[in-house]
Amino acid sequence: MITRKNIGVLTSLIILAILGFCAIAAPLVSPFSPQEIVANPFQEPNGEFLLGADSIGRDLLSRTIYALRYTLGISLAVTLIACLFGTTLAITAALKGGWIDIILGRTVDAIMAIPQIIFALIALAAAGVSLWSLIAIMTVLEATLFYRILRASAGDIAAMDYIEISRLRGDSLSWNVFHEILPNLAPTLIAEFGMRFAFASLFISSLSFLGVGIQPPSADLGALVRENVLAISIGRFSPLAPAICIAVIAVSTNSVVDWFIRKYSIRGELS
Amino acid sequence: MTTFLRVSDLTVKAKDNFILDGISFELEKGKVLGLIGESGAGKSTLALAAIGYLKPGLEISSGSVVLDDNDLTIASDSALRQLRQSKVAYVAQSAAASFNPFFRLGYQVTELVILSGFIEKSDRYKVATDLFARLQLPSPKVFARKYPHQASGGQLQRAMIAMALLNDPDLIVFDEPTTALDVTTQLDVLSVIRQVVAEQGCAALYVSHDLAVVSQMCDSILVLRHGKMVEMNATRSIIDQPQDSYTRSLVAHRKVGDFLTDTPQADDAPLISAENITLGYGKVQIVPNASIALNENEILAIVGESGSGKTTVARAIAGLLEPWSGTIKLRGTTLQGNVDNRSQNHRQHIQFIHQLPDVALNPRQTIRTALMRPLQVFKGLDGAALNTRLNALMDEVELPRDLLGRYPGALSGGQKQRVCIARCLAAEPDLLICDEVTAALDPLVEDSILALLWRLKEEHRMAIIFITHNLGVTRRFAHSVTIMEHGKIVESGPTAQIFADPQQAYTCRLLASEPSTDAGWINARELSGATGPRKHRHDSL
Amino acid sequence: MKSPLLSYTVKRTGSGLISLLLVSLLIFLGTALLPGDAAQALLGQNATPENLAALREQLGLNDPLVVRYLSWIGGILQGDMGISFSSKQPVLEILLPKLANSLILALAASLIAVPLAIFLGIVAALKQDSLVDRAISFLSMWLVSLPTFLTGYLLINFFAVRLGWLPSLSVLRSTADVNDWVAALIMPVAALVLVTIAHTMRLTRTAILSVMASDYILMADIKGLDRRRIILWHALPNALSPIVSISLLTVAYLMVGVVVVEVVFSYSGMGKLMVDAVSYRDLPLVQACGACFSFIFIFMNFLADFLCVVVNPRLREPKS
Repeated sequence: MITRKNIGVLTSLIILAILGFCAIAAPLVSPFSPQEIVANPFQEPNGEFLLGADSIGRDLLSRTIYALRYTLGISLAVTLIACLFGTTLAITAALKGGWIDIILGRTVDAIMAIPQIIFALIALAAAGVSLWSLIAIMTVLEATLFYRILRASAGDIAAMDYIEISRLRGDSLSWNVFHEILPNLAPTLIAEFGMRFAFASLFISSLSFLGVGIQPPSADLGALVRENVLAISIGRFSPLAPAICIAVIAVSTNSVVDWFIRKYSIRGELS
Repeated sequence: MTTFLRVSDLTVKAKDNFILDGISFELEKGKVLGLIGESGAGKSTLALAAIGYLKPGLEISSGSVVLDDNDLTIASDSALRQLRQSKVAYVAQSAAASFNPFFRLGYQVTELVILSGFIEKSDRYKVATDLFARLQLPSPKVFARKYPHQASGGQLQRAMIAMALLNDPDLIVFDEPTTALDVTTQLDVLSVIRQVVAEQGCAALYVSHDLAVVSQMCDSILVLRHGKMVEMNATRSIIDQPQDSYTRSLVAHRKVGDFLTDTPQADDAPLISAENITLGYGKVQIVPNASIALNENEILAIVGESGSGKTTVARAIAGLLEPWSGTIKLRGTTLQGNVDNRSQNHRQHIQFIHQLPDVALNPRQTIRTALMRPLQVFKGLDGAALNTRLNALMDEVELPRDLLGRYPGALSGGQKQRVCIARCLAAEPDLLICDEVTAALDPLVEDSILALLWRLKEEHRMAIIFITHNLGVTRRFAHSVTIMEHGKIVESGPTAQIFADPQQAYTCRLLASEPSTDAGWINARELSGATGPRKHRHDSL
Repeated sequence: MKSPLLSYTVKRTGSGLISLLLVSLLIFLGTALLPGDAAQALLGQNATPENLAALREQLGLNDPLVVRYLSWIGGILQGDMGISFSSKQPVLEILLPKLANSLILALAASLIAVPLAIFLGIVAALKQDSLVDRAISFLSMWLVSLPTFLTGYLLINFFAVRLGWLPSLSVLRSTADVNDWVAALIMPVAALVLVTIAHTMRLTRTAILSVMASDYILMADIKGLDRRRIILWHALPNALSPIVSISLLTVAYLMVGVVVVEVVFSYSGMGKLMVDAVSYRDLPLVQACGACFSFIFIFMNFLADFLCVVVNPRLREPKS
């Protein structure tokens, strides 16, 4: 049901769905090929070219739609892999304790002692800029963030008396993880996933904007901004559309997360 | 004496729910009125309303509170603040949380009187020191310079009483002032409260869920339930001739006779025994060299105050804490120290119930799942047999079967504890370890849980180790008792014998500290010196 | 009586040093284990097998990893951070002026962002669930979601291109006077403030709310103290440790936020230097910039934790 309270969330979900659809169905949705020169350089937006053209005459709208594929695709992939690793390690550390917990904790502390963007820049300089190194580096960064939050949550849950009851019953590890811990960890996990996704899309855009992310001729939303810096600096608005697109992705995701957290903390449980 | 406080037909609501519904009473100076009831009865709300304070979200929908000829329900916020600064005082349940961690105790206690200009700033610590000395706090001069986290619970409670006295109040509200304290500490604080109320000659409201404490402290008692007045009368009348059925059950709870109708035969081979076990966490030793044993169908209470090591012993027997040394035997077979290494058969026969059912039940599992699991693991049941057994378990713990589909969040505290009992019962154990299982429950719910445990023990021939700090429960529920202090076993033996003829000084003091509804109980304690100088040593724990 | 403050300081300094050590190791290993080495990069087109081998020997590239790490650390401690691959100048000479520029930018932004964010956070907490609170939280959600470069370009588009009030690029010549500096700094500072303020605001709000919900505030209210005294005298000191640490962490984040902002405004600081160095794979320069950023970050964290203990009696005073 649509109420005043959830209208913002519904809008956000619809926006995310539309953007996701555009990314998947890019060849069907975009009016031109992203690489083809179809207009004059720096073409102003008009009826045919809704966002105008870039410096060599490629249609900006089509390029933005294709760029969505990179931004959303990489963000989603990175967040999923990082979530899997981070969660597995966090639960292992919380249940096993001992040296595994200490080593993981120390490693995460060390990585987090370096500011994220600086870590990424050093690692990219070392490994060379490529799609795979980008994904690998971002996954490491995101996994440490997942780990830190989930280790704390899983630790709280593992200290609960019902986990002790499970231990007294001699339950298997898999029962323990899938029936006792994960269902209780799920709300934190879902909220964190949303936040990490928003962060990943902002982060990858920033790297591409700095020229150390996605390399030409491919372009994600951040790289599009970089390509059109000249047009932006003379006062054009339309080349900022990709940047606004990033903001919209992040805002929509964050508002869904906010709604989820509020709903969860008010109701206490989701069932 | 004239009426100092008059509450008439007071009704307080939170949104559309009644918190208080049509309460009326009067109170004179020099008199103490006890407000008693279970959690959620509205007793704290009523006591705070009497000093012109409502927690955010509450509002007075009708009635009046007249204090010394001022109607507080129509007074302005600043007038109410002025009143609370000068004429009334409040002593909170948790002194540890109610003192600001940022300021020294001497500063906080004197904050109000300095703001009102009663004393000079330069006299601050001198005034505080004198007052702390009057309340028999140890080295008062040093104490005044302490921060809250540097003092013990009993000391802070007395410091809070000191703070209440400083602005010379006409009415003091005591809101469960001893609930968080151990019984021996409680007796000291009760005695201090009686003394200051008498010296001050003020009116007082005493909020508690413990009828025995209220009966010792108050001239009359108001019984509250679900925000309504059940009964109000002079203390002795309430205790000796309660009119309402709810009050009668409260009083009866205190006077309830012995459950015990049998004495288990003393076998040569006990069901379970712990021999010379030494326990600790990390490198800290908690329990040195303790031994206990109990027979089939026997109930053993392990009694002690907080920090006595009673729960540690229980956890060791359950296998949750591996002993540093010593052995634990079930029917003569030595058990592994760590439950992870015990056989499934051993796991099944020793079951454990935690103090707080809220955290002992997985909030994301239905009651059905919670009960199903032990039936599958220990009994290998499935299909129709499983369902039949689930229903039977619900019947045994007197819960409606339709709760099976619910989540724990939808159940009351007592219902949750019944589910925990059913979960243990599913394993058909020989030994049930109950760790303070009724401590978080209201008195009447506590009674029903104890009765349930008793019946189940009779029907299933289980032995029970009952960890508790509650002497009343021990007296009527346990065949034998082990008293612990600072990790050591002080004394053990048949309950009747220990209670009638305690041999150790600590046992005597513990037994003497247990509040009773008998007339004059506390006077007798004060005269016999059960309270007094030795308090400081124990208080500092 | 043992002072907890002293033992805490010793412990925290120790763990700070371990962090530094681990971070330096990460940075060193990350850049040392590469195919192609410094000698190759330095000589570039002029490389012959002979002079390559000679330079490797001279730079100590044939030594074991441990020796190379120790000599790298030793060099840093003596102010020798190696030679830049691209400009062939000592790294330190390139780095210092840029570091100064970045510090000026971050400091200017901190002076505005920290007080503003804390003020707004406190207002939001005290007016919890009011229109003001909701407006502030709505604003903060947008601010955390805006990419830094979008904020920057929107400022440029508006204030430089449309209104013409400010230069669109913050390029500073050596002859720049105070007015040039101010003009060059306004927009980068504004962009930095906008990107960091939201986080700080939220944290401050949460800190204040948790203090206001505690029993001792209830007690102060029941005692009849007036509201202003409760907030300023009883609540604020207890919120001090979280607020101090939030402020310092904000400064730390600002230090890092300069990377994108400097690129957007072509401001000649350490962030822009590092991004350029990454593009050229000028590893000594990347290492130096990374170490410098990390050091500031770790130091700020240390300071935050330390001050937290100093202003909190529960942590500062011995238990009994």
